[in-house]
Amino acid sequence: MCMKQIIGEPGIDLSSDSKMDLKLTRNSESFHKPNSSNHNLNSFNQASQYFPNLSPTNFLSRAENLQQNLKTKSTNSFEPNLNSGMATQNPPLDWDPHAMLSNLSFLEQKIHEVQSLVQSIIDQQAEFSSRPSELATRQQLATADLTCIIIQLISTAGSLLPSIKNTLLSNNPALRQLVNPDFNNNLKCEGLIRNFPETARNSEYEDLLRNLDNEADWMKEPNPPPQSDIVDANPIDEHDLKESDDGDAEREHLPPGSYIVLQLEKEEILAPHTHFCVICGKGFKRDANLRMHMRGHGDEYKTPAALAKPSKEPGSDAHPVTRYSCPFVGCKRNKEHKKFQPLKTILCVKNHYKRSHCDKSYTCSRCHAKKFSVIADLKTHEKHCGRDKWQCSCGTTFSRKDKLFGHVALFQGHTPALPMDEVKASGSGQGNDDMTEDLGGYNGNFASEECLTSMDVKGIDESRAYFSPMNFDGFGALDEFGRGGFDLEDNPFAFIPSGFGQRSGDS
Amino acid sequence: MEMETRMKKRIRVEANTEPSESPFEVLSEEILFLILDLLDSNPLDKKSFSLVSRSFFAVEARHRRSLTPLRPELLPFVLSRYNSISHLNLTLCPYLSDASLSSIASLLGPSLRSINLSGSRSYSHRGIESLANKCFNLEEIDVSNGVELTDEAAAAIGRMSKVERVRMGRCKKVTDLGIGCIAVCCPNLKLLCLKGCVGVTDLGVALIAVKCRKLRSLDVSFTMITKKCLPAIAQLPNLEELCMTGCLGINDKALVTLKQGFKSLQALDMSNCQNISQASVSSILQKNPSLHHLNLSYCSPVNSMLSGLHGVFKLNSIKLDGCHVSTDGLKSLANSCISLKELNLSKCSGVTDEGISVIVAKHKDLVKLDATCCRYITDLSLAAITSSCASLVSLSMESCTKVTCEGFRLIGRHCPKLEELNLTDTDLDDEGLTSLSQCQNLTSLKIGICLKITDEGLIQIGRSCPHLQELDLYRSIGITDKGVSEIARGCSNLETICMSYCTSISDESLKCLSNCARLNTLEIRGCSLVSSVGISAIAARCCNLSKLDIKKCYEINDAAMLSFARFSHNLRQINLSYCSVTDVGVSALASISCLQVVTMLHLSGMSADGLAAALLMWGSLMKVKLHVSFKPFISPVLINRVESRGCMFQWLNKPFQVQLESSEVWKQQSHDIFVE
Repeated sequence: MCMKQIIGEPGIDLSSDSKMDLKLTRNSESFHKPNSSNHNLNSFNQASQYFPNLSPTNFLSRAENLQQNLKTKSTNSFEPNLNSGMATQNPPLDWDPHAMLSNLSFLEQKIHEVQSLVQSIIDQQAEFSSRPSELATRQQLATADLTCIIIQLISTAGSLLPSIKNTLLSNNPALRQLVNPDFNNNLKCEGLIRNFPETARNSEYEDLLRNLDNEADWMKEPNPPPQSDIVDANPIDEHDLKESDDGDAEREHLPPGSYIVLQLEKEEILAPHTHFCVICGKGFKRDANLRMHMRGHGDEYKTPAALAKPSKEPGSDAHPVTRYSCPFVGCKRNKEHKKFQPLKTILCVKNHYKRSHCDKSYTCSRCHAKKFSVIADLKTHEKHCGRDKWQCSCGTTFSRKDKLFGHVALFQGHTPALPMDEVKASGSGQGNDDMTEDLGGYNGNFASEECLTSMDVKGIDESRAYFSPMNFDGFGALDEFGRGGFDLEDNPFAFIPSGFGQRSGDS
Repeated sequence: MEMETRMKKRIRVEANTEPSESPFEVLSEEILFLILDLLDSNPLDKKSFSLVSRSFFAVEARHRRSLTPLRPELLPFVLSRYNSISHLNLTLCPYLSDASLSSIASLLGPSLRSINLSGSRSYSHRGIESLANKCFNLEEIDVSNGVELTDEAAAAIGRMSKVERVRMGRCKKVTDLGIGCIAVCCPNLKLLCLKGCVGVTDLGVALIAVKCRKLRSLDVSFTMITKKCLPAIAQLPNLEELCMTGCLGINDKALVTLKQGFKSLQALDMSNCQNISQASVSSILQKNPSLHHLNLSYCSPVNSMLSGLHGVFKLNSIKLDGCHVSTDGLKSLANSCISLKELNLSKCSGVTDEGISVIVAKHKDLVKLDATCCRYITDLSLAAITSSCASLVSLSMESCTKVTCEGFRLIGRHCPKLEELNLTDTDLDDEGLTSLSQCQNLTSLKIGICLKITDEGLIQIGRSCPHLQELDLYRSIGITDKGVSEIARGCSNLETICMSYCTSISDESLKCLSNCARLNTLEIRGCSLVSSVGISAIAARCCNLSKLDIKKCYEINDAAMLSFARFSHNLRQINLSYCSVTDVGVSALASISCLQVVTMLHLSGMSADGLAAALLMWGSLMKVKLHVSFKPFISPVLINRVESRGCMFQWLNKPFQVQLESSEVWKQQSHDIFVE
C-alpha cells in the first residue's frame, strides 16, 4: 500500500517485496504537505514518526531518568517551538521537502545559538574564572544545545529512511503512543535542555551522548563502514552476490517500456541495512531477521501472524516487470544512457554501484595488491589468492593454467614463465641476461592497460591509494552487519533482553 | 656413380701426369668442391679423397656440411677441423655432456643449422642454452628421447628464434609451459614433433596452433590431447601433415563436431586412435576433400571403417592396417576416391576377393598394395590385381596362404614394374619363382618361410634381377650354396640378405656374397655350417657391413672376430650368441670404434674377467645384452662407469638351447598359433 504512494503510480503494487519497499521510499515524489504553522516542531514530530527507531524508548526513558534526576536550571529558546508543536495532532505520513527545509533551517538556527553561547563563554572567560559554577552551567547549556542539534539531525536524517514502521505504527497502539506528539513533548528535550544539574558530568548522560554521536555518525556516513564479516553472518548473501552479477540483465532483451525503471539514490544503495526495528532502531539486512528480532520487544510480536512472512497482496502477481537504473549519470546502467541496460534486481544495483562507482576499499590481505569494493568479491579472491602458480613473463599471475594460456595467446611476446625453482636452478646458465632483456621487451609490449584489466589479471596495481591490511582489519571491527558491530555494550538501545541482540546479528 | 668414377679417374690421371711436383695444386678449390659434391654415396670415398694431399684434406674439411661423429670425446678435435659444419648428427654419441654441447656451440657458432641429439642422453637444458646463445642460425633441432629434459630445455629451444623444425618426441617432462615458450618465441616453426610428450595438453598444442602460423607439419602422437585443441589446429593456414597416432582423447565427437576441416592438410595419420569409427572417417573425408594420405591403422578392429562414404575424395593413399574392412566398405572407398595409389590392408579382417577386385577394377593406377595376412584372398584376387594394375610397384602378400602357384605366375607375367615383393610364408615354389624372375626391376624380394623353393628358382632370380638389394630367405630351407652363389653373382647391388636357419648354407655362400661390396646386413642365424673362414671373407671384402647376426653359428670363433676388428670399421650391431668366441674375440670386437649394439649370450669361451676388460675399453658401446649369470661377477663400479658413458645393460635369462628346431615343425607351430 505504501508503494502506491511511493511510486506514485496508482494501480501498480510492488509491495510484495518488502526489501524493495524500503528501498523505494525515497523515490516517492507525491507528498501531502501537512498544514503546519511551525515548521520546526512539525518537522520534529514528523521526524520522530518517520524514524521511530531513532526516538526509541530506551533513549526516551533515559531522558526521563535524566529529567528526574536533574534539576531544572534554565530556560531555553527551544521551548516555544516545543509548545507550538502541540498543534499537529495527525502528522502526515509522507516525507515533505518543505518540512525538511524547515528542519534544516531549525538546525542552522540552533547551531548559531550554540555558536554564540560558546563565544560568550570565551569572551567572559575572565569572569568565569572567579565563578566556576556559572561556567559549568554554561558548558552544560552548550552541551544540551548540541545534544538537541544532534537529535534534530538524526530525526531529519531519519526521515530519509524507509518507513515500514508506518504499517507497524498503524497496527500498534503502543507505538502510536510512543510517537504521540504529546508524549514526545513531555519527554522531549525539555528535560535534557532545561534541567541540567550542577553535577552534569553524569556518566549515563555521557554514554547517551556518545551513543548519539555514534548513531549520528553512522547515519551521516555516506559510505557505510565496510563489513568484513557480512558474508559469514549471511551465507545466503554471499550466494546472492555471486549469482546476481551485473551482467544478468544483459542477456534478457526487454523492449524499452515493457518494464518499470526504478532508480535508487546513492545513499540508499550504500545503506548497510534496509529493515529497521521500529522500537529500537536496529537495522537488519533481512526482513526475517527483523521479525526474529521483534520477538524480543514483546509477546505481541511472537504470534504466528507477526512472525509469518508478509504475504503477497492479491493481484501482486500481475505487477509489471521492474528493472533498476544506476544513479550514476553517464553509466550504461543509468536510464539516461543511450544504450541503457537495466539492472535486474536491487542486489544487482548494489553490486554494480559498488563495483563500478565506488572506491575499491577492500584490499586483499595476502597479496596487498588486489582491491575490491564488494566484500564478497574480496572473500572469493582471498580463497584463491596466493595459490597463483601460473605466471606470465610480464609478471601477471593466474590461478588457472588455461587463463595463463589465454593471456599468452592474446598478447604478442608474452611467454609462460617457468616456476621459480626451475629458473633458479638454471641461474648459472649463460643466457639469463638475454632472458631478462627479453622480458623487459615484453613488458613494453602491453597493448593497453584496459585489455589487461579486463581480464582475470592479478598483480598489476592501480595507482590509487588503497587500504593497508591494518586498515582492513579496522574496518572489520567497525562492522555493523556482523556480530561484532552490534555488541550489547555499545548498543545505545540496550534494553533488549540479552541473547536476543546477539541473535539478531546472527540470524 | 658414373660421374664419381670419372672424376676419380681424372684425379688419378692428373696424379700420373705430373708426378714430380704436387700435381693437385693445379686444381682450384671450386673444382675440388665439385668433385666432392659427387662423392656423397660412400663415406669412405671422402676419406680417401682427403688423404690425397694436404690441400685436399683442407678442402674436404671446408666442403663438408654434415657430420655424424661416432665418439663425443673427439668432437673438439673433429670440429676444429670441420668448422663449417652445418648439420651435426650426434645420434651415435649416447653420452653427451653439457660441456660437449657448449664446446660444439662455441666451435661451430653461427654456421650450425641443424643438430640431432635424439640418440644422446646426459645433456640438460644448459647444453641447449649454450647452443641457443651461440648458434643463432640454428634451424633444426632434434632432442627426441630426452626423457629428462624439462620445460627449461623447451624454453631454451624457444630462444633459438630462427628454428624451423623441432623434434622433441618422448620428452616426457616437458609440459605446456615449455611448449608455450616455443610457441611464442619461434614464429618460424614449420615442423614440430611432440610425439609421446605426455605432459603436453590441449592448452600447449592450441597455443602452438595460435602462435606458429607457418606450421606445416605437426605430430602430436601419443599425447593427451582432446577435441579442445582441434579447432585451433584447424585454423592453421599451412598445415600439410598432421599426425595424431594413439591419441585416445580424440573421438568421433571431436571430429564430427569440428566445424571446418583442416585447411591445407594433405596427410593425416590417425593410426591407433581407438576411439574413432566410420563416422569420423566420413566426417574427415568430407571436410578435407583435398586430403591425400590417410592412415587409419589399428583404429577399429571390429567395425568397418569405410561404410557409408559419400563424396569425391582426392585420396591417394589410405592405410587400414589391422582394421575391419568389409567388402561394402571397400566398394564405397572405390567409388568415392578418384585415384588411389596406395592401399594398405595389412592384417585387415574381412578382406575378400570381391573387395580386392572392386578396388583394383576402379583404381588401375594402384602402385602399392599391402595385403599381408589377408588370409581369405585367393588366386581370384591376384588375377584381378594383375589384370588391372600394370603399374604395381609394391605388393605384399605375406601369409596369404590360399594363393597358389597359378597366382604367382600371374604376378610374374603381368607386373613388370614390380620392385618390392613380399611372399613370405606362402606356397611359392620353384615354378612360381621362375615366373617371378620376369619382374626384372625387383629390388626387394622376401621369400622367407617358403619351404618349397629350392636353388632352381633362386638361380633364375639371380640371373634376371640385377637390381636386387634385399633378399629374405629366412627358413627357406631348400636353399643351398648353389642358389646363393648365383644371387651373389647376379645381384651385385645386394645390401641385405637374410639366410637365417637355411641350414644348408656354408662358407661357400659367404665367400660368394663377399663380392657384393654394398652388403651391409647379413643374417645367418642358425647356419651351423658357416665357420670363421666364410665370415672372415665377408669381413675382409664387405667394408660396409654394419649389422651382423651370427647367433648359433657354432663354428665361428675368435678368428672371425679378429677379422672384424681389422676390417669392419662400419660394424654397428652384432649378435654372436652361442658362437665359439672367447675373451680374445670379445676384446677384439671392443676395439671396433663404432660397434654399439652387442648381444653376447651363452658364449662358451667368455669369462667374466674377459667381459669386464672388454667393457672397460669398449667406448662406443650403447646397448649390450648379456646373460644374467655374468652380473654378479662384474663389479658394480665398472657397470656404473660403463653406464655413465651412455651404455645400457640388458641382463637376459634365456635358457641355453643348442638344438635347432626343424623349420617344418616351426612353420606348423606358427600356423597352429594362428588357428587357435
